[in-house]
Amino acid sequence: MRRPLYATIAALTLAGAAQADTLTVLAPDYFGSSWGPGPAIKEGFEARCDCTLDFRTGDVLPRLMLDGARLEGDVIIGLGTDELLRARQTGLFAGHGQDLSPLSVPVEWTDDVFIPFNWSYIAFVYDTTRLETPPASFAELVERDDISLIWQDPRSSGAGLALMLWVDQLYGDDALRIWENLAAKTVTVTAGWSEAYGMFTNGEADMVLSYTTSPAYHIMAEDDETKAAAIFEEGHYFTAEAAGVLAGASQPDLARDFMAYILSEEFQQMIATANWSYPSALPRDDWPEVFRDLPLPETAIFLSEDEADARRSPALAHWLDGMTR
Amino acid sequence: MTRDPAQTARALVLLAGGGVAAWLVILNFGALAAVAWRAEGLSALRGADWAAVRFTLVQALLSAALSVLLAIPIARALARRRFFGRGALIMLMGAPFILPTLVAVLGLLAVFGRAGLINQGLEALGLARLNIFGLQGVVLAHVFYNLPLATRILLQGWAAIPAERFRLGATLGFGPRESFRQLEWPMLRDLVPGAFLVIFLICLTSFSVALTMGGGPRATTVELAIYQAFRFDFDMGRAAMLALVQFGLCAAAGVLAWRVSLPSGLGGGMDRPVQRFDTGALGLRLWDGALIVSGALFLLVPLSLVALRGLPHVAGLPVEVWQAAGRSLLVALGATGLTLAMTLALAHAVLAVGPGRGAVLEWLGLAALAASPLVIGTGLYLMIRPLANPRDFALVVTMLVNAGMALPFALRLILPGLRDVMASQGRLADSLGLHGWARLRIVTLPRLRRPLGFAAGLTAALSMGDLGVIMLFAEREGATLPMQLYRLMTAYRLDDAAGAALVLLGFSLALFWLFDKWGRRFADA
Amino acid sequence: MLTLEAVTIRQDDFLLRAALQIAAGTRVAVIGPSGAGKSTLLGAIAGFVALTQGRIIWANTDISAQSPALRPISVLFQDNNLFPHLSAFDNVALGLRPSLRLNKAERAQVKAALVRVGLEGYEARLPSQLSGGQQSRVALARVVLQGKPLVLLDEPFSALGPALKAEMLQLVADICSETGATLLMVTHDITDARAIADQTILVADGVAEGPFETAPLLENPPEALRAYLG
Repeated sequence: MRRPLYATIAALTLAGAAQADTLTVLAPDYFGSSWGPGPAIKEGFEARCDCTLDFRTGDVLPRLMLDGARLEGDVIIGLGTDELLRARQTGLFAGHGQDLSPLSVPVEWTDDVFIPFNWSYIAFVYDTTRLETPPASFAELVERDDISLIWQDPRSSGAGLALMLWVDQLYGDDALRIWENLAAKTVTVTAGWSEAYGMFTNGEADMVLSYTTSPAYHIMAEDDETKAAAIFEEGHYFTAEAAGVLAGASQPDLARDFMAYILSEEFQQMIATANWSYPSALPRDDWPEVFRDLPLPETAIFLSEDEADARRSPALAHWLDGMTR
Repeated sequence: MTRDPAQTARALVLLAGGGVAAWLVILNFGALAAVAWRAEGLSALRGADWAAVRFTLVQALLSAALSVLLAIPIARALARRRFFGRGALIMLMGAPFILPTLVAVLGLLAVFGRAGLINQGLEALGLARLNIFGLQGVVLAHVFYNLPLATRILLQGWAAIPAERFRLGATLGFGPRESFRQLEWPMLRDLVPGAFLVIFLICLTSFSVALTMGGGPRATTVELAIYQAFRFDFDMGRAAMLALVQFGLCAAAGVLAWRVSLPSGLGGGMDRPVQRFDTGALGLRLWDGALIVSGALFLLVPLSLVALRGLPHVAGLPVEVWQAAGRSLLVALGATGLTLAMTLALAHAVLAVGPGRGAVLEWLGLAALAASPLVIGTGLYLMIRPLANPRDFALVVTMLVNAGMALPFALRLILPGLRDVMASQGRLADSLGLHGWARLRIVTLPRLRRPLGFAAGLTAALSMGDLGVIMLFAEREGATLPMQLYRLMTAYRLDDAAGAALVLLGFSLALFWLFDKWGRRFADA
Repeated sequence: MLTLEAVTIRQDDFLLRAALQIAAGTRVAVIGPSGAGKSTLLGAIAGFVALTQGRIIWANTDISAQSPALRPISVLFQDNNLFPHLSAFDNVALGLRPSLRLNKAERAQVKAALVRVGLEGYEARLPSQLSGGQQSRVALARVVLQGKPLVLLDEPFSALGPALKAEMLQLVADICSETGATLLMVTHDITDARAIADQTILVADGVAEGPFETAPLLENPPEALRAYLG
């Protein structure tokens, strides 16, 4: 029993000595894997800061809300656009202190707390070998009766929530009819993205709710060009992941450096293929080729936090009503 | 005056049992109270919540009823036939129960889904396709998951009918019908209600499977409503209220079960086919054969497809997957040790305090089946937070929670065995002054080896595949195998995920097999 | 001297009263109809059945509240006298050390006990590898080793054939003579009582009476015993 105790004390002492230059970043679980964006971000930032970057991964928003002021850390990364309001309401964030002019996201972003580090549009992804003529618009999707869909529950999934708000924006009070219609062509609704995407690739449905950037993975990592996102005329719902600085940060300067790093060309070049999404502060011409070549929706649909919050409940009521009628 | 060792031993049993009971209360009700306290009270339920309660009840009732009804003929066929590979088949048939739900669902869909084997066949024949999604899909998935459990419970029942009774039946000229009425029916009447209850409770907390197989929000369960309350509405008061409703359903079912008996064992000893004299007819043999084959196909084909899908990708898995497998193995072994220790303590206490209070302890041991993992995770987090940083305890908490979750099964396995040991050898042990540790070591553990082995295998396999509460507590260094599986999936790496799923399946089955095997060695001596 | 002082045992609607004195070193048979309470009487003396009233005294000490293992008593039950998963040696050794941690001298004692009952060389056998008679001998070896002053037999040999049973009872009688132990044995067979026991206790109609001298009792049985003997 003795040795582990000494080891722990030694580790604590070392940690104490190193504490002066350790940036603690709270991040979603996927930052913890070697194939996610975590290692590249750590390496990139450590090279320029002469410090240690320490990821603490796990469910971010729940922890923010449960821990409150007790939360230990300097930066939070990986909050979805649908989670920003709740995160902001905790009052635990300080300003990021960055000039946002490099941002290249297709929506106006003037937030002085959160900075998006990557983004995408939600879209229905299909397999070109199974669906020859994808719908060209949401309206066409609604009209077609030869297409089967799998998508995510808005109550448990960010993508599902985005779809719900997308339909709400496109159809308003007519959404009820749209959900009734979609319900008829829906194979099933899953709790999370993984189940839906896994079922789609196993051939359970013609289209799956995912992102316009999803095909990039298959093209680059698998040399598979059969996956494509259907681009709809009406425009697509915008989603992004953002980072913010905690007000209680023990390393506020490093934290702001980190926010600057997020906007740097190096980070932006890396993030597209590390997280299979569009860079948030890089002109389209500078994107990796595969991303540049992906068809891009012309119109971005996006609700401000307050609008989205106001629409959540009525839109969910329509959704539940339409889907269970 | 010297202390009487028998009294000391009794005091120790009560102390240990009390400690376990306290942990169960914390786990089941403390966590709920912490959530409610944080929410500053419970909130009222909404119409949709009651719809969820209704759907939950309907699917759980149907799933449990069908699982048990199908298990009766299959268990009977297995009980009265000997054939090559019987033991291996019974072991493998238990596999769905220990699979992570996502993997089980994908396997099931590979057979019953729109692109599954059955629909491919129907399409080739030019027939209409079968749609599995809907209430039928929920029930199918739950039967796939729980049929093995029901079968093993009932198989145990058949093994427990003394061979002499079948011999007596033979001298009286019993045919299969008379055997059923006089010998098998009384056993079933004893076991079926309890088997039904356990499976009903397991199905009560289903969430992802019910939604996915249910085809949409019509298949909203209480557990999903709890998730929604937490993550969509940020209404912890309603989450706590819903968790309370879930316990209410469990308590109601528990009171009902009090009137009928609980299964005396979850199938600890089951490899002795009962010798029968009334089942030689060819037609009957064919019928049993058909039942065994269809049961095996139903359970094993989806698993084989999971294995086949993953096999080509195992060799190329990232090293982290194997590290995570090692970590999961540690968690599983830790949880197993804890579960056995807690179960033994609780089982001794149940027998020590007498029937009335013992039943309360037994119910407490069962209640974890109805506990919402999400509420437990959040509640524990809230409870630990003021004292320490929960992330320092991710693996320990996971072990403790897994142990609490596996305890209902382990208790049902070990308690009847302990009761038997007490009845047959308690007086001898008492008269020889065997108390405390010596008694555990020399008498109880060796005599309970078989149910202990089975319980250990079940616990290890269940906690190997459990995603459970770790997501809230997890840290970079703490990823378990199921977490890596999800990480691979969210990074589009579906081939690697399939490989990892096979690794998980392999580890779970291996643990289960090893412990079960250990339990059966020398167990009949 | 074993004294049962105004003992009452009540279990639901079953009632047994006993006020008895048994001299040290005697061998006493306990007879009576089935269900009258012979086993209950032994159970009470051994500490497995709680007294409703009264006291049990051995050698001027009240043992009523002692747990079974603390009482100066060895018991052989109708069945389950051996642990089926332990060897003959371990089953005997438990009589000396419940922890089974024995030193050299103690191991020799266990062996000697097995030799005394004629089971030399059978140390490693499991009960399932022994005949019924040999199993009884293992249990008796443990009684030898325990060396307790009171030995209670609750028909442990009832499954054996008549010759073997007689042999076992004689072995018990011999052992008790060697150690000076007091013997109480439940029996259904009056020839056993006659062969082994100087005295007899009669349990019938809710009362344990005696002890009586065995021979005169059997020659001139009272009403209750007559009904039983038929």
